[in-house]
Amino acid sequence: MKNDLLNSLEDEAIYIMREVAGQFKNPVLLFSGGKDSITLVRLAQKAFAPGKIPFPLLHIDTGHNFPETIAFRDRLAKQLGADLIVRYVQDSIDQGKVVEETGAMASRNSLQTVTLLDAIEEFGFDACIGGARRDEEKARAKERVFSVRDAFGQWDEKRQRPELFDLLNGRIHPGENVRVFPISNWTELDVWKYIQREELEIPSIYFAHQREVFQLNGQLIPRSDFIDEVVQADIQTRWVRFRTVGDITCTAAVPSEANSLDSVIFEISQSKVSERGARLDDKRSEAAMEERKKAGYF
Amino acid sequence: MDLLKIATAGSVDDGKSTLIGRLMYEAGALKQDQLQHIEQKSRKSGYDYLDFSLATDGLLAEREQGITIDVSHIYFSTPSRRFVIADSPGHVEYTRNMITGASTANLSLILVDARKGITAQTRRHFYISCLLGIKQVVLCINKMDLVDYSESRFNEIVTAFSEMADQLCPKKLNITSIPVSALHGENIATNSELMPWYKEPALLPLLESVKTETNIEQDTVFQVQYVLRPKTNELHDYRAYLGKVRSGVLRTGDPVVVYPEGQETRVKQLEQYGERVEEVQAGVNCSVMLEGEFGISRGQILAGTTNRLQGLQQIKATICWMDNAVLTPGKVCWLQYGTQMVKAKIQQLNALVDTSTFESAENPEQFALNDIGEVSIQLASRLFVQPYLESRANGAFILIDNMSNTTAGVGFIR
Ligand SMILES: Nc1nc2c(ncn2[C@@H]2O[C@H](COP(=O)(O)OP(=O)(O)O)[C@@H](O)[C@H]2O)c(=O)[nH]1
Repeated sequence: MKNDLLNSLEDEAIYIMREVAGQFKNPVLLFSGGKDSITLVRLAQKAFAPGKIPFPLLHIDTGHNFPETIAFRDRLAKQLGADLIVRYVQDSIDQGKVVEETGAMASRNSLQTVTLLDAIEEFGFDACIGGARRDEEKARAKERVFSVRDAFGQWDEKRQRPELFDLLNGRIHPGENVRVFPISNWTELDVWKYIQREELEIPSIYFAHQREVFQLNGQLIPRSDFIDEVVQADIQTRWVRFRTVGDITCTAAVPSEANSLDSVIFEISQSKVSERGARLDDKRSEAAMEERKKAGYF
Repeated sequence: MDLLKIATAGSVDDGKSTLIGRLMYEAGALKQDQLQHIEQKSRKSGYDYLDFSLATDGLLAEREQGITIDVSHIYFSTPSRRFVIADSPGHVEYTRNMITGASTANLSLILVDARKGITAQTRRHFYISCLLGIKQVVLCINKMDLVDYSESRFNEIVTAFSEMADQLCPKKLNITSIPVSALHGENIATNSELMPWYKEPALLPLLESVKTETNIEQDTVFQVQYVLRPKTNELHDYRAYLGKVRSGVLRTGDPVVVYPEGQETRVKQLEQYGERVEEVQAGVNCSVMLEGEFGISRGQILAGTTNRLQGLQQIKATICWMDNAVLTPGKVCWLQYGTQMVKAKIQQLNALVDTSTFESAENPEQFALNDIGEVSIQLASRLFVQPYLESRANGAFILIDNMSNTTAGVGFIR
């Protein structure tokens, strides 16, 4: 028997995908090449099988990428026969719409929003499917599966609608759009287990590999050409892996030797081991470290 | 591993945060750093016990900020179950949030303070739990340490609660009452030595073992979400109806009725995510192919032939009003039933319920935010619904304001 929990999470997510196709004229799936968006793509694929995914994929490219993920992205889109739209933060910078951050650890992460909003306007997208999960957000209370944004892409909590049963209200005014989060109720571990069950390919940087990194504020940052030489002191080569992939300048690596899905899942589930069991003392896994970062609010 | 969705309710200070924190602790869901934080803070405050309400601090703190706070979802697992606790703040004005949080719950966990017993707030929570048709109710009588772990006090409250339940909800509910001390961890993970008179399972083992209800036993109803017509060379004539089996079981070869027209046909083939399957159970998505040609679209229903569904253009429902603007008779709005959208007119407000006394006032002039009552609704086209208390899957709808597009109310067919 397959994992009941994964089945019900999958069913819920696919129901949401189909609601998007049923309720909106021009949806798009936001695709970063990371594990959450790979999961979304799989769900979309299953939702409309044997047909193709009835909406395009959109990647907002910061230009500061791990080369592995870009190659991966292009291969996947080709395999699926999906439309892949790429819009570049660099273009927004060149057009003077945004100003590049300065400073040693300048990142293009926050600039992405402008490029995204431009793309939404350019194509007239009315629904953008994203991979956010409630377990990574502090303000889960207010997360909706259908989250309404005004024409400026702004989230106004007063406009968030109560969501009851499986009744998703996607009615909007012209110019507004809805962000849709089909895997809201998944945890990081659920995503990994799903990737394993579905035998999904993921970019190699999710597995342990040797990489040049430097320490900053207790985090391991990958060496790259996009970060000021000055900060990149004390470069060491270490066994690491990434838990998320995004803009290379703000994606920290974690020390790990996990080189297979099994060992990654083991690493992550280890951090869930109870304090009662008191097995967590010195061999803290990286996931627990991540939890600690988050633990600011606990 | 499966999923149990719990809706919690309790008045402020009954010990809900402490109980949830304690459950997470006993389930092994608290990380070492959270635990350290709890230890340090408890010590600093001079407590001689651990204050587990701190575990949910960050999650529940927002409740203090006013009306915008709605539902917090708290996730934790034991080896056998994933628990999702939907916690809504306990104030009177939060009816809307409580209904929202509890709408998909399998179990409702009602907390009372052993010293206070059943309060107006307990009655409100229980009313909502019944309105939502939640069959599993766990009554946690907390702070037993403050009543000397007294069996007679426990029994007194249990009796009062079941009298209330009989009055409101003659339908069979599964009510389990547990005497606990959230603060001292009594009857939470294991049976308490201080209450040897209580022989039933402690709270966590109970939550791990309660049966979740499915809609499999009911008549089969499937609603179309999306019509799949890939129109590629290989799949030129492919046409499938994508949707969810809302209740019952759908099998290949089953006779079905297509609503609203009422034609009869058979299920030619069932697929799940591109693969053929023989049967699909309630709650699961599938693709349905029918014998014969039909121009079926989103919102339409395919149902079993055992009992014909009634098409209604005039419905009576209990609604909870969720909009800041008041509801007055004559209001026109959208009604969303599953994937079907129809224009609706609220013709009449028949009764307004006081959820703490269960009494109702006839013919009120308006419903304000958080009001619950009975209304008559006229529909632009027929709706194939079932009374909510007979079918949780096929008896609820939302009302959508046709100007603001916001979800303005939720309704339960009577
Ligand atoms: N004596 C005693 N006090 C408790 C118990 N459970 C909670 N409390 C206390 O009751 C107060 C309110 O608890 P809290 O969990 O914050 O209540 P909430 O407002 O319902 O979330 C706190 O001071 C708790 O320490 C219990 O079982 N026994």
